Amino acid sequence: MLKLPIYFDNNATTRTDPRVVEAMLPYFTEYFGNAASRNHAFGWSAEDAVDYAREQIATHIGANEKEIIFTSGATESNNLALKGVADMYAKKGDHIVTVTTEHKAVLDTARVLERAGKRVTYLPVNAEGLIDLNELEQVVTDATVLVAVMFANNEIGTIQDIKAISAIAHKKGALFFTDATQAVGKVPTNVDEYGIDLMAFTSHKMYGPKGVGALYVRRKNPRVKVTAQMDGGGHERGMRSGTLNVPGIVGFGKAAELARVEMIDEAIRLAALRDRLETSLLEIEETYVNGSRERRLPHVSNISFKHVEGEGLMMSIKDLAVSSGSACTSASLEPSYVLKALGLDDELAHSSIRFGLGRFTTPEEVDYAIDHVKAGVQKMRDLSPLWEMFKEGIDLKSIAWTPH
Amino acid sequence: MAYSDKVIDHYTNPRNVGTLDKAKPTVGTGLVGAPECGDVMRLQIEVDPQTQTIVEAKFKTYGCGSAIASSSLATEWLKGKTVDQALTIDNMTIVEELSLPPVKIHCSVLAEDAVRAAINDYRVKNGLEPIAAPELAHA
Repeated sequence: MLKLPIYFDNNATTRTDPRVVEAMLPYFTEYFGNAASRNHAFGWSAEDAVDYAREQIATHIGANEKEIIFTSGATESNNLALKGVADMYAKKGDHIVTVTTEHKAVLDTARVLERAGKRVTYLPVNAEGLIDLNELEQVVTDATVLVAVMFANNEIGTIQDIKAISAIAHKKGALFFTDATQAVGKVPTNVDEYGIDLMAFTSHKMYGPKGVGALYVRRKNPRVKVTAQMDGGGHERGMRSGTLNVPGIVGFGKAAELARVEMIDEAIRLAALRDRLETSLLEIEETYVNGSRERRLPHVSNISFKHVEGEGLMMSIKDLAVSSGSACTSASLEPSYVLKALGLDDELAHSSIRFGLGRFTTPEEVDYAIDHVKAGVQKMRDLSPLWEMFKEGIDLKSIAWTPH
Repeated sequence: MAYSDKVIDHYTNPRNVGTLDKAKPTVGTGLVGAPECGDVMRLQIEVDPQTQTIVEAKFKTYGCGSAIASSSLATEWLKGKTVDQALTIDNMTIVEELSLPPVKIHCSVLAEDAVRAAINDYRVKNGLEPIAAPELAHA
């Protein structure tokens, strides 16, 4: 028996793996000490647990445990990386390069830095969501302190050419930072192999608990430093003060270890399920995949169903927890800026649904989703005046619409 | 944000979905909204020329659940009303009936616009002046 509703929103967050929860539990009631308490056993056991988790996480990304700075999540890690580097390297330069399809945690932080007098270049992307490497090469100068390009996009799953991008940044003496929130635990993210100097990621996107994330900060070749954005007791080598979330960190560590062991098999399994879902849904007339189909996270599919509004469709497939690029719920009525950056017109952006599969997705759930979405699209198209006009051969662009 | 029971009811069982022959002189058609805004409503009325009563109303809507429910409700209210009575349908009545939250008020505005556009299309077809409606210009 299928249990409804079915979760297909694993880019928003993931279910905490029961093995992770099990690892965390003793750190609430038994080993509840403050990892910074240096003078008693409660503190020592907490510190040992944090050290172990730091090692589990570092191993997963090919780093040294001293290079892991614990934070409250990826948003804080992104803030710390951008503001911390901009401040620490202010004498070297005042320029940052990033991309229009970054997460708001990067884009809004970049805007704050602009207001503080920094210069920021926002690179566009092509229809697949990829930046142009020649363009990057042209905008990075001696005054550029940081190139910030996300590893994989949260809406469409497109994976940037990180190796080539970091090489260009390094050639000009800039540091390379990547928001790898969607990538760590899903695809290989070895920091040396990809030439990464700083990397933001978070536990809850990789089957760990919410409220804990990390910033990887390189210690050798080059030694990178960031100015703290949270002042206090000088935790995390002075880069992030605040009592460590010991149970959260233990869970994060366990999640990283599970990912290290299971990630590749899981990626192969999920890519097959995702392809099954996508191939079946593409049998529906006037249906399009958004973003690159080749350079993509294995568990994501973002599809536009033409002449069907995304939020309306979500209501008809209410047994499926998905997300949409339609902005019907937002006051601005603006659809997804990521989809618009790909060159999609607003209508197709409003018509998009993101399916995010995960560790607990079963083939039965995928088959149910296929039938359910097909029926939902049919229902919405029967209701859609645009679909009727399209079927009558009317060019929708020829109509004088009344935008409101 | 959860939908109200009435929105879910209209969404699940939309009333009066369909298409009337827009070439008929007794049919008025209103097409409002824009695909790029994520909402398009087409609302049609058929009027008995003797009594000026709306004998049939049909709609099709591209949009969210609240937009679909607003237009479905409007067609229910239109049937049996005279053209003049139909002009009294305003968006706040729809908001109240469907318990729409503030972010969905534009759906009710669009339904009111669709009603007026359909009536005006009927009036113009029959040699009458369109009803001036300054409130049609919603920013």
